[in-house]
Amino acid sequence: MKTATEALKDFQKITPKKIPAVEPFSKGHRACQGCGEVLALRLVAKAVGMDMIAVSATGCMEIISSPYPQTAWEVPWIHVAFENAAAVASGIEAGRKALIRKGRIKDDGAKVVAFAGDGATADIGLQALSGALERGHDFTYVCLDNEAYMNTGIQRSSSTPYGAMTTTSPPGEKSKGQMTWKKNMPMIAAAHNIPYVATASPAWHVDLMNKVKKAVTIPGPAYIHIYSPCPTGWRCGPEVSIETARQVVKSRIFPLFEVIDGRFVLTRDIKKPIPVSEYFATQRRFSHLDENDIAYIQKRVDDDWDRLLSLCQVTADEPPVEEPPTGE
Amino acid sequence: MARRVGLEVSLACAEAVKLCNADVIAAYPITPQTHIVEHLSELVADGHLDAEFVPVESEHSAMSACVGSAAAGARTFTSSSAQGLALMHEMLFIASGLRLPIVMAVANRSLSAPISIWNDHSDIMAERDIGWVQTFAETGQEVLDLMLHAFKVAEDPRVCLPVAVNLDGFILTHVIEPMEMPDQAEADAYLPPFVPSQSLDPAAPVSMGMVGMPEVYTEAKKAALVALEDSYPVIKEHWEGFAEQFGRSYKPIETYRTEDADTLFVTMGSLGETCMTAVDEMRQDGKSVGQVRIRLWRPFPDEDFMAAIAGAKNLIFIDRALSPGVAAGPVATEMRALLYTKGKNMFTANFVCGLGGRDVTRTDFAGMLAKVEAAAAAGNEITCEMVGVKE
Repeated sequence: MKTATEALKDFQKITPKKIPAVEPFSKGHRACQGCGEVLALRLVAKAVGMDMIAVSATGCMEIISSPYPQTAWEVPWIHVAFENAAAVASGIEAGRKALIRKGRIKDDGAKVVAFAGDGATADIGLQALSGALERGHDFTYVCLDNEAYMNTGIQRSSSTPYGAMTTTSPPGEKSKGQMTWKKNMPMIAAAHNIPYVATASPAWHVDLMNKVKKAVTIPGPAYIHIYSPCPTGWRCGPEVSIETARQVVKSRIFPLFEVIDGRFVLTRDIKKPIPVSEYFATQRRFSHLDENDIAYIQKRVDDDWDRLLSLCQVTADEPPVEEPPTGE
Repeated sequence: MARRVGLEVSLACAEAVKLCNADVIAAYPITPQTHIVEHLSELVADGHLDAEFVPVESEHSAMSACVGSAAAGARTFTSSSAQGLALMHEMLFIASGLRLPIVMAVANRSLSAPISIWNDHSDIMAERDIGWVQTFAETGQEVLDLMLHAFKVAEDPRVCLPVAVNLDGFILTHVIEPMEMPDQAEADAYLPPFVPSQSLDPAAPVSMGMVGMPEVYTEAKKAALVALEDSYPVIKEHWEGFAEQFGRSYKPIETYRTEDADTLFVTMGSLGETCMTAVDEMRQDGKSVGQVRIRLWRPFPDEDFMAAIAGAKNLIFIDRALSPGVAAGPVATEMRALLYTKGKNMFTANFVCGLGGRDVTRTDFAGMLAKVEAAAAAGNEITCEMVGVKE
């Protein structure tokens, strides 16, 4: 597979001096103070541009952006339900493909982008996402991961990190909070052998936008997993939102990487990681954890990092998978 | 020129979708719908139909993809049955709420449990309130014709609603029938390309599926309700146009030998054919009996129905689904409510039959009539009776 590599040959990077001025997602929405998710969404929208067709799963971003008759979307946008943003996006892509081929609409180069939270991605929408990725639709799926069902009141999802307190994973006599390790969505997406997968954090906004730009440039499905701080749900101050998004990367908990045509590439090496405890310190959702819990998490984070480095090494020189023969 | 062909009804349904130049078909296989989507896949694979066939991973995604496709302005078709239709349930309301002109063929099949792949109407009767236009076909020809009509109605700017065409699983889907197959020019003359009133177009951005706060939700639902009610004259208009174009005429309610009949059977779907034959036989035996067939189920044609039963003394409602915990099947419950609101006091009986593929024969109809005659004479009611239960 060399779809992504070829499409990115002449890739024009977004630089700090050339941040797109467009705002497909406008101000005046109803997100909480310090919301890292809406910031990530805005950055994605800027990187895609005004020729985006956006699909939102039910969730915070849908609710805060579209209380009729007001909308924050300056581009065509559709919300259908919780679990099906990927399926809806695949329908839009298929419909447009047919209409363009039949000459009924012009090929305006519009980019279909689906947005969903972690619950809508890793839990209830996983099947629809897997189907759409497997079918190879030309669309980008953006998971805005705030690590729980925030819209309904901070319930745990399979993307909630180990140990975190939520309203359905409360710490107690017989519980440490979330008892399971965070589901690894980027790896699940990569297992579909799609051309492009990336992780991003709003603390590295230029990196985030470039990954989005790559995703929409490459034909076929792309998946971007964006860490999206939620001060309301994480019990931290709105002023530490971006700092949290930086610490999660610096602690190696949330590595920034790309998977381009199956090759894993670390986009930000963390040579001197901060301890995970430093990341936990500002968030009350972790305040109940004791030294043993933190030591366990630290060990597992270190192991996962090593595993990712190994993947980067072993896939670096892999020859591209042969494309299937074309022809009618 | 139309051709006379012998064709399996599922294939005729797929050929009708081809005549309609569908742009997108998103479907998931389920018996007895499979032949419809298999044939559509072939038509696309062979280049006979220029469409995107989206082989989704579930019926929920099928209807979700249809919503996306129709919102993008593409003519969109899907088909399902029973469990598949139930899995779509959530999306069916959204498709009509977003006013998207999706057309679906429902190959009617019973709902589990126990699992049964055979025919009854329990699948669609669980979806009565989805806000779609819903029709029931009696024959293969009718299936073919209703498909063209369905797109015509759905996409009419005065309607903008999804349409479900019901055809009985196996009894219709897997039967080979002689029928008139229109040619492409005739179909094109009846059904021009879909021009959406709005679509997901970057040149003219719209937001679809916004949050309905308590201040607007009721009004949004009212608007959808009115849209469905107002589709009635358009549905009739396009049947009249169909008759002019193709010479086959359809009405919301059909009647058979209802003149001077004391007792009328009320049926839906393919059972109408058997009932018709049974009526002929009973007439020969001197019985004063006729038949009313409901073709248009949603929006329900109240006045047509009342006119059809105006001269009768007794009505026999045939249900092919149960409504557990209520005194009758879904059709009978609704029709009795209608009679009440119209101030019509008459003897009514309800028989539930043909569940899970159980055959309903002419003898069954004769048996029902005998029971009704006895009950009516004795002044008894037949609130609801399941026919042929082995006890």
